[in-house]
Amino acid sequence: MELLLVLILGLLYAAGVYLILRRSMVKLLLGIMLLGNGANILIFVLGKITKGSPPVIDGAYKVFQDIYADPIPQALILTAIVISFGLTSFAIVLLKRVYALVDSDDLDDLNTPEEEDI
Amino acid sequence: MIDNHILAPIFVQLFTAIIQLMCWRKTLTQRYLSVGGSLIGLMVAFRLFNRVYEGGILTLNAANWDAPFGIVFVADLLSVTLVLLTSIACFAVSIFSSVGLSRQRMLYGYFPIFHFLIMGLHGAFLTGDIFNLYVYFEVIIISSFVLMTLGGRKAQLEGAVKYMAMNILASMFFLTGIGILYGITGSLNMADLSIRIQEVQNKALIGITSCFFIIGFGIKSAVFPLYYWLPSSYHTPPSAVAATFGGLLTKVGIYAMLRVFSLIFIPDDFTRILLMVIAVLTILTGAFGALIKTNIRRLFSYLIVCHIGFMIGGIAMFSKVALMGAVFYLIHDIMVKTNMFLIAGLIRQLRGTMDMNKLGGLYSEYPKISLIVAIVLFSLVGIPPLSGFWPKVFLFQEAFSQHQYFYIAALIIGSFVTLYVIAKMWSEVFWKNPPASEGMENLFAPMPPYKKILMVLPIGLMALATLYIGLNAEAIVKVTDIISTQLMDPSAYIDAVLGNKTD
Repeated sequence: MELLLVLILGLLYAAGVYLILRRSMVKLLLGIMLLGNGANILIFVLGKITKGSPPVIDGAYKVFQDIYADPIPQALILTAIVISFGLTSFAIVLLKRVYALVDSDDLDDLNTPEEEDI
Repeated sequence: MIDNHILAPIFVQLFTAIIQLMCWRKTLTQRYLSVGGSLIGLMVAFRLFNRVYEGGILTLNAANWDAPFGIVFVADLLSVTLVLLTSIACFAVSIFSSVGLSRQRMLYGYFPIFHFLIMGLHGAFLTGDIFNLYVYFEVIIISSFVLMTLGGRKAQLEGAVKYMAMNILASMFFLTGIGILYGITGSLNMADLSIRIQEVQNKALIGITSCFFIIGFGIKSAVFPLYYWLPSSYHTPPSAVAATFGGLLTKVGIYAMLRVFSLIFIPDDFTRILLMVIAVLTILTGAFGALIKTNIRRLFSYLIVCHIGFMIGGIAMFSKVALMGAVFYLIHDIMVKTNMFLIAGLIRQLRGTMDMNKLGGLYSEYPKISLIVAIVLFSLVGIPPLSGFWPKVFLFQEAFSQHQYFYIAALIIGSFVTLYVIAKMWSEVFWKNPPASEGMENLFAPMPPYKKILMVLPIGLMALATLYIGLNAEAIVKVTDIISTQLMDPSAYIDAVLGNKTD
């Protein structure tokens, strides 16, 4: 399980970096999303995966009796997912507006020297 | 000492923003609320600063969870100094934008977003939890995205794409670093991390993790190989926004570096050399970039990059005197850079352009305004009694005692290039006879007098603050002395955070 996740997160990071290095704006967006998901899985894997033991104390005891799944990485991932959701939706709207204005998907075309009228 | 007042600066900004959201289309109400809220925020920050200056480090455990488990807010002297400076800058920018910004932009929610941004800054300075720091970074960048695109002109949106892509990438690096750090140590509390990281055997892994933080914060604070987004985006938004960005946003990266590298990753030889190389190259490339620019704001953008290098060099040397220099420069830089972009906005109002070739003759027409501007420019260059001079003394002193001759050379070149471009700008904008005025529009003259005053007032206020920093340098040195002592020996910080368990 861990090996599979490690492979997936390596793949996500590699694909994300590759896509960000392209010149297309859509690929930039996809690359950002893949990197975000890769980071989330990374946190998940590094928080030590424990199967089938939720961090809930049985009513009869005061403390944990056994190894339990660490809830903090999950809380972190949840926060990170919400944040990257917000960022991604903003990025989509921004890139769509830029596409409508510049009429090009190429990041190299974003160099209009116009800088007056503020 | 547990104190709930730590959260007051954050809440003041939060509630200001929320109340402003309720008067969505009433721009006049929003303006009053913004200036009022910033003033209250300034007073609260001043009070907090005094408490910490006199009483020592304050902490607050959110929801009363004990220190390493819950989120903790810590107000040590570095944090509250930066909160105070941010509040001063926020007050000035708030006044300036209430007259200097078009009503169109205010209708799209400039003021609430501005206050959310300041809230994020306060939070980032005050939090003692590294994941919480990440969350506040996100609050900052998402507000800054909105501010940057507000108005939706083509150049703005183009700048925003670069700004957005690089900042999201920085966040990803930061998040990855946090993930690995949590995997190694099992903690997120910075004071707790400071203790636990010393028990880790695998030092190479820690070195690699620290690289993630260097890259993440390096993009935010615009250091050498990572700064190209800054000069290609900071000249696009309105001046009030550019002032907030130029003065404050890059400095959060510096703050985060100071915090992380003094508490968690104590710089070893490799990190020091890496940071020093970055610092020297940042100073040189920033300085040479500034040489060829004719647009005032592009020139200032490159000067931001150049001066970031001074502070990185201070962190790289990592000794008490060097950190005093870096922190003093940080204090000076926030005040001056914010003001520079406000001045650029004022020049834009006076002449309708920011191109130095088309400007001229401001001194003969507006001698009083020019005098205020001169104070700020002299401070930036670092003419002896003014604020830019004192931190350089510390930086030079430490660089000599550590034999960092490349850094000394870079400091000298950086200072001289700053002097040269500022002198060039002064003669082009203020002394030169105005060129034949084709399509030159003076937006300043037809304004009612109270608006004129409100436009110059924030610049004057910030100039006064700069003068205070320069002429009363002894007080600032005292503050930076305490700060750098706390940074070099974090045991007071750690005790303040973790000591609460025994209460």
